[in-house]
Amino acid sequence: MKTKLKRAHNIFKITILLSGLVFLFAGFNTVKGAEDSEELFNPGEMITHHIADAHVWHLWDGAFGTIPLPVILYSDDRGIEMFSSGNFYDSHHHLVEYNGYQIEHGHIVPLDSGRQIIDFSITKNVASMFISVFLMFWIFLSVKRGYVRNVGKAPTGIQSFFEPIIIFIRDEVAKPNIGPKYEKFLPYLLSIFFFIWFNNMMGLLPGAANVTGNIAITATLAVFTFLITQFSGNKNYWKHIFNTPGVPWWLKVPLPIMPVVELIGVFTKPFSLMIRLFANITAGHIIILSLFSLIFIFQSIMVGPLSVAFAIFMNFLELFVALLQAFIFTILSAMYFGTAVEDHHEEAEVS
Amino acid sequence: MLNFLLLDMGIAIMGAAIGAGLVALGAGFGIGKIGSAAMESIARQPEAGGKIQTAMIIASALIEGVALFGVVVCLLISFKG
Repeated sequence: MKTKLKRAHNIFKITILLSGLVFLFAGFNTVKGAEDSEELFNPGEMITHHIADAHVWHLWDGAFGTIPLPVILYSDDRGIEMFSSGNFYDSHHHLVEYNGYQIEHGHIVPLDSGRQIIDFSITKNVASMFISVFLMFWIFLSVKRGYVRNVGKAPTGIQSFFEPIIIFIRDEVAKPNIGPKYEKFLPYLLSIFFFIWFNNMMGLLPGAANVTGNIAITATLAVFTFLITQFSGNKNYWKHIFNTPGVPWWLKVPLPIMPVVELIGVFTKPFSLMIRLFANITAGHIIILSLFSLIFIFQSIMVGPLSVAFAIFMNFLELFVALLQAFIFTILSAMYFGTAVEDHHEEAEVS
Repeated sequence: MLNFLLLDMGIAIMGAAIGAGLVALGAGFGIGKIGSAAMESIARQPEAGGKIQTAMIIASALIEGVALFGVVVCLLISFKG
């Protein structure tokens, strides 16, 4: 009992210390904001800068805070060009032109506007994705080794953390939504679940990239789900789209109203997957950053603790949203696969 | 007067803000209805709680998707301004 009390006391002390630190930082920033008051703080600009992709990984201002990333460009006249994005910045972190290119609103554009380039650069999002892929390989290969090592025995180490999650995806997401043919889709569902979850969580770290809040990445994930659904669609699935059973004939024959609606539905499903993940993650980041912006907008030390408290609350909410959105993406994908592979049943009853 | 109204970007941004508010209203109403129905059914049949929860999350995700379409449109309008 006494040790428990002591521990509680220690935790209390640490909390006080941490909130003191937060207070100090808030105060420091206010003073800094007041000094260069001629340069007005623009929250919109700051937020866009934080949620957008970039050619450098900016961690903090000052020495070694900005990591330059490789730029890879392809153009018909020059072929493949590779150089560091640090070339675009001078020693005072101002943008400069380099080798006939310049960075404009985060994009590399040629100075000669007649030239066409394709940008394959390792941007911040790509670098962050590499890190998460490396992390996932490391974790899941060690989980796999666990299954090889202790066959028929209880899981050990990190395996015991991931086994319930994998079984949850199998038993609660794949099996009930896809049906007996679930095994073919399980590797994809597990990959997509863990990829989205890991990237959502990594996006919440300070200084991290906003990978799943980038519409190109969510679009790619949604295209995967779309293609798998269409290619695994059986006769029954296509019949439901082009000759929907249980619908009056005059909705189909002179004017194909139902088939058109169903065909649009085929495309809106992955589209909503794309928008949902992108907008949820981006909205979360915008809310947290806006709460921090309040300190600089009001330029008052009194706002600091309040906005930090709200931001911490939002961060915890975002931890939940990170898991929830990964789960939603996976379960909706599983449902779409389920409609594609569903067998012929009870249609006589309906029509 | 009409010309002034049509040319003013501030009014477009105000429209986006009103749209975002309406989106939040609709989504809140929808998700609230789902939540209340789910709570009621869990109270009636606590042993089906897990299944109801999953169905509730899926249904609210569908509503949320539509709401986010609206938010994206409002954001695009306000970026234009």
